[in-house]
Amino acid sequence: MQHREHIAGIIFWGATVLSAGVTLAVLVFMVILSLPIIKNDMILEVLMGPWSPDYGLFGILPMIVGTLCIALLSLVFSFPVSLGCSIFIEIIRPGKPGRFLKKFVRLMTAVPTVIYGFVGVFLLVPHVRGFVSHGSGMCILSASLMLGLVISPTMILFFSQSFARVPKTYLNAVDALGGTQFQKFIYLLFPQAWPGILTGIILAFGRAMGDTLIALMISGNSVMLPTSPLDSARTLTAHIAMIIAADFGSIEFKTIFLCGGILYLLTSFGILLARFSAGKQN
Amino acid sequence: MFMITAGICSASELDSFTGEKGVLRISGGTAHIPVMKEASRKIMIFNPGIQITIAGGGSGVGIKQVGEGLVNIGNSGRQATESEVSRYGLVIYKWAIDGVAAVVNTGNPVKQLSGKQLQDIFAGTILNWKALGGEDRGINVYTRDESSGTRAVFWKKALNKGIISGKANFIVSNGAMKSAISNDPYGIGYVSVGYIDKTVHPVRVDNVTPDLDTVKNGEYKVVRGLYSNTRGDASGLTKKFIDYLLSPAGQEIAVQKGFIPVN
Repeated sequence: MQHREHIAGIIFWGATVLSAGVTLAVLVFMVILSLPIIKNDMILEVLMGPWSPDYGLFGILPMIVGTLCIALLSLVFSFPVSLGCSIFIEIIRPGKPGRFLKKFVRLMTAVPTVIYGFVGVFLLVPHVRGFVSHGSGMCILSASLMLGLVISPTMILFFSQSFARVPKTYLNAVDALGGTQFQKFIYLLFPQAWPGILTGIILAFGRAMGDTLIALMISGNSVMLPTSPLDSARTLTAHIAMIIAADFGSIEFKTIFLCGGILYLLTSFGILLARFSAGKQN
Repeated sequence: MFMITAGICSASELDSFTGEKGVLRISGGTAHIPVMKEASRKIMIFNPGIQITIAGGGSGVGIKQVGEGLVNIGNSGRQATESEVSRYGLVIYKWAIDGVAAVVNTGNPVKQLSGKQLQDIFAGTILNWKALGGEDRGINVYTRDESSGTRAVFWKKALNKGIISGKANFIVSNGAMKSAISNDPYGIGYVSVGYIDKTVHPVRVDNVTPDLDTVKNGEYKVVRGLYSNTRGDASGLTKKFIDYLLSPAGQEIAVQKGFIPVN
């Protein structure tokens, strides 16, 4: 019996080391392949400059800004809606309507992003173009709205899971003390469910940063530094997808490893920040 | 009666595929896709033992993938550069001639431009359709990614290697460009002449309408070959496929899809 447990332990250890190792290896891989850029003292130029390969400029700053803008704006759109949905599912109507909505949200997670991309191109983009009467409608706003929809199931499911975990007796206690729904939410549910909410936000943010197709299809992919949500912009992921086709030996191609590295670091930084603030709260 | 004759005609050129088996992988230029699809359909109906897969990606992808041995045929809408040819030992087969034309939405009243105006639009110095006799709306410029042969040819021959504004929207295939322009009343982009249909309107540049006739007689200057590249001389199924493209039946498909045959 003990022998068996020992073997199971080794297997679990192995799995942990392997997955952590692969994650780290990806970072090392990115760094090694960006070495030509770093060694040639091009790093600052690439990180801070504009992108114009015809003129020998290979800056990825517009893409970094584009990625952050689209990801953050999609969180801004998606967070309140997701919070509302999960409260509806777990607290307001936990019966049939809530269960139905939850099933529906689960279904949403299974829809491939390319479908959302199509819907965005043919339904959302023309409306945004008509509504703001400026530009092509392929812009940060359109991409964030669509991306908000893509990441909302992740948040809704995590939020409702953590609301469901708040002990029923606590809820009854608030009711017994004559607390309103609003007070119940602010003083009990939200603080109790906060770690779960935070996890949901982190995962959704990671998904928003990492998504390629929505941005590639809807945000217009222009290489200018965006100055408003109505500007077309290119994300790091879309940039990699477009440049991967370039010549292997070219500088363009070498810079996409730096893009990958930056994407990796930005996501890790976001997660660390969120974990750190969560740790402080507890 | 006609069906029967057509059947016999095409069958004779497909005869070489008798008894062949295997998979043929094709990728690269997106202008080539309609012809590739039609040729493959005919071949696979004639001999279901053959499987042909067709992917896009753009000319750069086609050249790179065939060079690295990932596909059997890499299509490109520009001639492979000397360094590409020497590095990979590419052999180039040209099987059609195609034009690249600026296109606008069918609802756009501006249907004719000078070469200079076209360059200014793409450079971002003309920003409003009003300056060209259209509505008082900003011009939305659409361009292709750096790996596109269509872009390379349009940039070189229509824009005289001029600037393409950084504000331009980037699109990744001829098909996607066509749907972007047909959806955007204020857009301008460029596609392979073979892709032009009633959903988009070609722009008459310096009094020449880009179509099959003007490309053929040399009046319209923004033209390029459509190439299929192989690593080393084509052999086996790959060779038979390219021979088919160059046969009267294959050339007829190219004509049907809006290109000029080479034979």
